[in-house]
Amino acid sequence: MPKPDSLQGSLDLLVLKILSRRPRLHGYAIMTAIAGMSDEVLRAEEGSLYPALHRMEEDGWICAHWITKDTGRRARLYELTAAGKKQLAAEESRWLLVTAAVNRVLRMA
Amino acid sequence: MSFWSRIANVFRPDRLSREIDEELQSHIEEAIAEGRDPAEARRAFGSTLRLREESRDVRLIAWLESLRADAVFGWRQLMKSKVASAAAILSLALGIGACTSAFRLVDALLLRPLPVSEPEQLYALARQGIGPEGKPATFDGWAYPDFALMRAAAKDQAELIAISYSDRTDLTYGADAEMEKAYRQYVSGWMFNSFGLRPAAGRLFTESDDLKPGAHPYAVLSYDYWTSRFGRDPKVIGRTFRIGNDLYEIIGVGPERFTGTEPGTVIDIFIPTMMHAGVQHSDWTWMRTLARVKPGVAKEPLRAKLDATSRAFEEERSKGWGGESKELIEQILNFKLVLEPAAAGVSDLQNDYRTSLAALGVLVALVLLIACANVANLMTAQAASRSREMALRVSIGAGRRRLVQLVLVESAWLALLAAAIGGVFAWWAAPLVVNMINPPDNPARLFLPADWRVLGFGLVLTVGVMLLFGLAPALRASAVKPVSALKGGEDPHSRRRLMHALIGVQTAFCFLVLFVAGLFVATFERLSNRPTGFSPERLLTLETVTVSPQPPAFWDQVAEHLRAVPGVEKVGLASSALLEGWSWNNSISVNGAPPNGVLVYLLQASPGWIEAMRIPLIDGRDFLPDDTYPGVALVNQTFAKAYFNGEDPVGKPFEVVFSGGARLRFECVGLVGDVTYRNIREPILPQAYFPFHAIDAKGALRPTGQGTFIVRTSSSNPMALASILRREVPRARSEFRVSNIRTQTAIDQSHTVRERLLARLALFFGVVAILLAGVGLYGVLDYSVLQRRKEIGIRMAIGAQAGDVARRVTADAFYMVLVGAFVGIALGMATVRYIQTLLYQVKPNDPRMLALPALTILAVALLAALPPVIRAVRINPAEMLREE
Repeated sequence: MPKPDSLQGSLDLLVLKILSRRPRLHGYAIMTAIAGMSDEVLRAEEGSLYPALHRMEEDGWICAHWITKDTGRRARLYELTAAGKKQLAAEESRWLLVTAAVNRVLRMA
Repeated sequence: MSFWSRIANVFRPDRLSREIDEELQSHIEEAIAEGRDPAEARRAFGSTLRLREESRDVRLIAWLESLRADAVFGWRQLMKSKVASAAAILSLALGIGACTSAFRLVDALLLRPLPVSEPEQLYALARQGIGPEGKPATFDGWAYPDFALMRAAAKDQAELIAISYSDRTDLTYGADAEMEKAYRQYVSGWMFNSFGLRPAAGRLFTESDDLKPGAHPYAVLSYDYWTSRFGRDPKVIGRTFRIGNDLYEIIGVGPERFTGTEPGTVIDIFIPTMMHAGVQHSDWTWMRTLARVKPGVAKEPLRAKLDATSRAFEEERSKGWGGESKELIEQILNFKLVLEPAAAGVSDLQNDYRTSLAALGVLVALVLLIACANVANLMTAQAASRSREMALRVSIGAGRRRLVQLVLVESAWLALLAAAIGGVFAWWAAPLVVNMINPPDNPARLFLPADWRVLGFGLVLTVGVMLLFGLAPALRASAVKPVSALKGGEDPHSRRRLMHALIGVQTAFCFLVLFVAGLFVATFERLSNRPTGFSPERLLTLETVTVSPQPPAFWDQVAEHLRAVPGVEKVGLASSALLEGWSWNNSISVNGAPPNGVLVYLLQASPGWIEAMRIPLIDGRDFLPDDTYPGVALVNQTFAKAYFNGEDPVGKPFEVVFSGGARLRFECVGLVGDVTYRNIREPILPQAYFPFHAIDAKGALRPTGQGTFIVRTSSSNPMALASILRREVPRARSEFRVSNIRTQTAIDQSHTVRERLLARLALFFGVVAILLAGVGLYGVLDYSVLQRRKEIGIRMAIGAQAGDVARRVTADAFYMVLVGAFVGIALGMATVRYIQTLLYQVKPNDPRMLALPALTILAVALLAALPPVIRAVRINPAEMLREE
């Protein structure tokens, strides 16, 4: 059964949050982190993850730099910027607001 | 930061792609390293190309990137046909450069506001009416007493400022031997203050420097003069210089950009008006009057008030006139005062060149349009050969907007390259034209700054040109219908129709340019070939001044001394050289009758002057050494016609009537040939010559401070003798000094400077226009032969003769050339009245004036048609048909 790509616009939030806990991750690590922490429930597709990363980079929320790994390959590591931290706070509170509202609706119905 | 990184990414697209690819690749490797199945990992990743494109669009500015791609593509297109592109760029560059040069000149001379505060409040006072010759005339010269009255009358509404006509004067900072020339202008003391100007050094005049006649011997230098003459030495303040017998003290230097109020002349020295000899004379009009109108003041009441004041002044003055007829006085009094905007200053150069520059501007604009038409045709032809490419682009999803952009970017390349070359051309050409204005010894000086005005004009012109030649082909290319284009075209003739229409337009413009050029050239020819009545060859004129007025005998001594100089044939002496621009006129009475209204023009001359000038003596005798003024006169043939009904006047008396009624009696002793007097364009004037020796009322000889020696040399290059003569004059008598040496030929030519300039430039642009039109016609015919070679091959295969083919290939284009020529004739006839004032004895409806451009165009058209026609008739039907 294919895993649902059910992030529903919360991809930015997840990426920012993960980067705030564990700075300097590359794209693959972010992807596995999302899968691992959500017990494989949430899954970021490569097709959405990279455009999202690049967009956030252009928006100045995260920044990236290249490192050379022991294997000799280069990897691009992402880090949260100050603007990214602000954005994370805003997204988080928005998320809480929305989920709380959704929960209220579910309880009452 | 990210905005800049996105712009930066536009210009390193390959690196960006590589980075994205590398990141994605490292992702897959990471996955494989964690033990995932390589094939599965890649499949899960999906299309890396799509992902890359998506990321790219995020990380750069998409529209800029597409523009960059188009620019690269357009550049390759240009490089593909280097010769055609170079020709297009060069012809556009010439057009843009010429237009920008013309704009620089027009702007500098006519449009650019003076560097003073609120220049738009400035007006010049002038009088308009019917002149003595019965033609409308405008005068902007004023007498100071009149000015003073008007200033007082209008002081609540406007500040009036007196500014003299600039003149080139002799002055010295030391000994008499070190005389030099400088442009001098008398100005009201309050001018600087009213203009809001600050000194660069020392102080400027104030109102208290301009109160009493002759009491303020101060001078302010212009910044330009301070720089060129003194290297901006601050110690110049307090130095003195001498003009004639007057000593002036330098009190300050004007601000950097202020060069006076006469565009075309850079003033060196400003002097208070009160120092002018004519400041108390009611009949000396030696200055212009500028008015700084206070904000909110209505012009008409102000004008009426000034007009009334001035008229009252003139009426009062006319009471002292004698001789003039009632009608003439009435005519003079009826001149109406007008206020003309003078934000850009006022100068004779403006009046002389306003129409000329406008005409040249139109000519170069036409040349630019012809070049545009050429390039449009080139682009259309190229677009035709690229219609399959366009169709392919549309098929794989390119939008119409994107195709317009693609073609327009290519046009932009052409326009920008042309603008760059044109800019260099304009930078070089505009000063060159300024140097051609005015004779070499008295050059016009016009500041031609390349500031935002010029750059803005160039930019607007470039964009306009780009749209003009690029938009139609671009829209056409974008409207391509893939199905029909890929099948080989729907209406192969539609492109040709556009091209042929442009040929017609080109021909019309080309005709107009050639026609106007022909008029200018004919005008110049006729003016410079007009007989002057004397022989200017080998003639030198020595304008000579003395420290103080010297007795006539001393002048004769100098003339005698010059006669002994080797290489000198004849020497005469006159109050000024003919055609030098100076004039002196009066009314004449014959047999005590009232003057008949025809003015006589006068000159003082020594014995031997007519011989030196080679003016024929028709009857009577030349002056004798003892002849004096008043007493005897030589008169010309027109004089005899005007006052003696054409009878021989020798031995007959006449009287010169001066204003105030005084009369002096002369007897005609000789009749001489007609000569042009002050202007080469004028009809011959009635002239009388008086002896150089003048006696006053008591019968004593009057000393004179200036005169002009006329020297006929034996050398064909009279200027070779100039330095010797300049030395010999003070050697003969130390009080004498030559202030200016010119050849009479140079003086004569100074009257045709404008005509020469117009003729040269118009001819140049005429040649350019006909070249461009010829190349354009060739291009269109060549293209149409190329496009129709199948059709021609079939026609020839079924028996068409070479003549038929030639006719078929050229008929449409030649038809358009004909239509264009007729439109050109109509345009020429319609425009000619705007340049009438620039023409001399040239009738625009003269068949020759029309035939010449028509024949030239026809010849060039035939020449341009020859190669394509040869190519067409050489088509081998068999080969052509086998190709398919």
